[in-house]
Amino acid sequence: MPTTIDVDHLWKVFGPRPDRVPGSPLADLSRPDLRTRTGNVVAVHDVSFAVEQGEVFVVMGLSGSGKSTLVRCLTRLIEPTAGEVRIDGRPVREMNPKQLRDLRRHGVAMVFQHFGLLPHREVIDNVAYGLEIQGTSRAARHKRAGEVLDLVGLTGHEHQFPDQLSGGMQQRVGLARALATDPAVLLFDEPFSALDPLIRRDMQAEVRRLHAEVGKTLVFITHDLSEALTLGDRIAVMRDGALVQVGTPEELVGAPADDYVTDFVRDVPRADVLTLRWIARPRRADETPDGEPLPEGTLIRDAIPRILRANGPVRIVPSPGAGGAGAGGAGAGGAGAGGVRAGGSGAAGPGKSGTGGAGARGDYSGADLVVGVEELLPVIAGHGDRVPA
Amino acid sequence: MTAASASWTGRISRLPRPGKRTYVGVLALVTVVAYLGVRTSGAADSDSSAAFRFFTDVRTWVDDNRDTSPVFLYGINYVRLGVVELVGAVQSLLYALGGAGLVAAAGALSLVLAGWRAAVLAVAGFLSLGVLGLWDESVDTLVLTLSAVLLSVLIGVPIGVLAARVRAVGAVLRPVLDVMQIMPTFAYLAPMTLLFLIGSPAAVIATLIYALPVTIRITALGIREVSPTTVEAATALGSTRWQVLRKVRLPTAAPAIVLAVNQTIMMALSMVVVTALIDAPGLGENIIQALERVNVGAAFDAGLAIVILAIVLDRVTTRAATYRRRGIRVTAAAVAAAVVVALIPWGDSFPTFSFAKPVNDLSHWVEFHWYDATEAIKNAVSAALLNPLESVLTTTPWWFFVLVVAVFGTLVSGWRSAVIAALAAAGIAGLGLWLHAMQTLATVLVATLVTMALGVLLGVLCARHDRFAAGLRPLLDAAQTMPSFVYLLPALALFGATRFTAIVAAVIYAVPPVVRLVERGIRDVPATVVEAALSAGSTPRQLLWKVQLPMARSGLLLAANQGIVMVLAMVVVGGLVGAGALGYDVVAGFAQREDFGKGLAAGFAIVLLGVLLDRLTQGLSRTPAKGHS
Repeated sequence: MPTTIDVDHLWKVFGPRPDRVPGSPLADLSRPDLRTRTGNVVAVHDVSFAVEQGEVFVVMGLSGSGKSTLVRCLTRLIEPTAGEVRIDGRPVREMNPKQLRDLRRHGVAMVFQHFGLLPHREVIDNVAYGLEIQGTSRAARHKRAGEVLDLVGLTGHEHQFPDQLSGGMQQRVGLARALATDPAVLLFDEPFSALDPLIRRDMQAEVRRLHAEVGKTLVFITHDLSEALTLGDRIAVMRDGALVQVGTPEELVGAPADDYVTDFVRDVPRADVLTLRWIARPRRADETPDGEPLPEGTLIRDAIPRILRANGPVRIVPSPGAGGAGAGGAGAGGAGAGGVRAGGSGAAGPGKSGTGGAGARGDYSGADLVVGVEELLPVIAGHGDRVPA
Repeated sequence: MTAASASWTGRISRLPRPGKRTYVGVLALVTVVAYLGVRTSGAADSDSSAAFRFFTDVRTWVDDNRDTSPVFLYGINYVRLGVVELVGAVQSLLYALGGAGLVAAAGALSLVLAGWRAAVLAVAGFLSLGVLGLWDESVDTLVLTLSAVLLSVLIGVPIGVLAARVRAVGAVLRPVLDVMQIMPTFAYLAPMTLLFLIGSPAAVIATLIYALPVTIRITALGIREVSPTTVEAATALGSTRWQVLRKVRLPTAAPAIVLAVNQTIMMALSMVVVTALIDAPGLGENIIQALERVNVGAAFDAGLAIVILAIVLDRVTTRAATYRRRGIRVTAAAVAAAVVVALIPWGDSFPTFSFAKPVNDLSHWVEFHWYDATEAIKNAVSAALLNPLESVLTTTPWWFFVLVVAVFGTLVSGWRSAVIAALAAAGIAGLGLWLHAMQTLATVLVATLVTMALGVLLGVLCARHDRFAAGLRPLLDAAQTMPSFVYLLPALALFGATRFTAIVAAVIYAVPPVVRLVERGIRDVPATVVEAALSAGSTPRQLLWKVQLPMARSGLLLAANQGIVMVLAMVVVGGLVGAGALGYDVVAGFAQREDFGKGLAAGFAIVLLGVLLDRLTQGLSRTPAKGHS
């Protein structure tokens, strides 16, 4: 698939004379040290990643990790200090103001945490704002706004004012506004963190549905791990401005790149995220597999009843198609490090996450793979960092 | 060395160094002793100080060169001409509408902008102006007010936007606006007549200067408070800077800008009335004539007309800020109705009614029956507070006063404010109006004391009793919409033409904002802190004295600062009703040509007094409680 967004060694430094920091020894200082020495804060620290067309790419991190700054650098709402961003191959930092406006008007739209609606305009005119500033006629933009409102389920609320709507509905307006200009890319900056948990779940479902229906490329910022796991095709974990790990939800949970990520995913029920591939091992000579073989892309959670009922281990076979939920058809042995471009730290992952699985994946193609009750138990009983070797 | 003595020396070395309180106490004592040593006899001001002569010379020069000097020829005279044209245009518009037309137009405009309630109020209010028999005067006042508001908005809104968006503009403007806002209205009338002659143009420009800071401040505040997310969202959709301003910032700040217009109108109306002193037409003339003749009843009619105008303009613009516009149909209907009504001839047989006689009767009755009581109050305050304070201040040599201001100002507000305050005090002495300035100061201090006592009491009551607050709020609202002149009337009715009248008027004028600030300060104390204090078992009294009042300290001090500046403004207006001192000098300057220099100097002295008081008290509210550490 073609790359839609390509971020290449991007830096954003706040404070006096920011240019001197990227690439210099100053960049290696800790945040407090740098702040006391020069007054600078590195919000985005040498970040590189690529988002493919139609992908949902989630950037996750705690507050202050630089994720909101990162997403604003993509369309230069915040001017990056160094590095390059290419959207559909066009370098964003070289654009003049007019080209940049055209990109924002037609190419990339954004949904904000606090909605950013215009309080003096009715819902329909809020949604039509993007078209209005492009010079679209009133009739045409209202027609389009009506369609988009229908898409987000707000038909009938066209002539209300934002303050007459609930938070969830306001964010639907924000979503509709972003969709109205039919951009190829949607950026979401913690769009649901100001909403109630139930509403948040609805909205997440809404995003998944819209993504399935309109097929945009989505970059989604969140500090909520379960949201990231629910929505993301791939997740980038950010800490102090730098990317710690980039990978599928499965890779993050199964092979955390370092203690920070490990800590992050500690409470995730592993059986809900990992597939059988992560716990499969070569069949021992004295074993006889029992029952129908299972595809390796099956979630462990779904396989539990089968494996518990079987007399002996169950055979695991490659999933039909391109390797299930794995990293886009790459060999599963490389999955732990495949998506990661952040300093190669992903390599530490498989070694930590249970040698049985890692070893098995090493010569996956040759041997018979099986999963038995003894592989299942630690996953069901414990958490990520307690999987025995 | 024995053990005992060792413990003693230890204890002595552990004694705290003398705190700020000790220094202040010692300094106060030194000041008193020094005052007793250096006090003077408090000689009267000379009638021809260097400053007066200088100002008279300036006036002579201006009069001689008004038609020849390039400054006037190409600058000031054009400004004057432009304002004359504007006033003429507004005037011919309102006059052309005629009586019925104006009432109808006001009703229709209110209906479209602010809904039918406001429209009913506007029509009733305007009709009652006719009933009072003050129609022509009211229209004249309206013409001047609208002209000044138009100018203020045209100039102030763009500047406000700039001040909010361009940091440098905001930084440069802030001190300028500060000074403009503490200048008492009386002070800049004389310079206006010097530049623009007497009459409407000078009145409009003086009003403009008075109202403009409010326009700029509130507009800038509104623009600054536009949600950054909204601006970002608009930018992210590809808006140009101009589109963001026009479609996001200005519309989002629209309620604030309407509020700015509302406040500008209130300020302008209040000032336009005062400009009657420099021969501006309108209701102010009626009031001044009535005040000069101590005819409370005649002044009451005009005062009532001003209050009606103020209430109508205030309610219509306040509602317009939150009102969602009607469609084109309502507008068309309203305009049609207005046209029909405007065609009805405005008969001469319009019924009129004057409150002059009943009010005068009441006033005489009060004078007759309450004379002993009011005299007793007046004499008690004079003997206990006013006279001693005045004699101390007037017998203080100016250099000693400057020194005291500098020393205590440094302690209270820091050396920067103290230097400015001391320079202001020295300036007053330089103007040759020391005695009058000190008399005015004594009146201001007493009035401030009363204002604060009353204001804090009412503010605390408001903060603690919702019902009391709800009852008092309409009164405070009404009080704040009324132009300052009006406050002289009840005071005059009660206490006749004395300096005590000025004190009472100043207290009535300054108490409402003080009550508001105190109430807000106490109500702003976080609920969790109050809850914590209550759960620790505080009585309501302990809660007030140990938690709410100490935590509302900055609100109280801000109230003191506002109160003192407002009191000064009103005390000098009291010059009209026998308060004497600086206010009288200013009024006399308008009346008699030979006193012009002294009047102008008195105006400057008032400004300097304002700066002095503001600097000294502003420091109070800025420095946080430092404790005794």
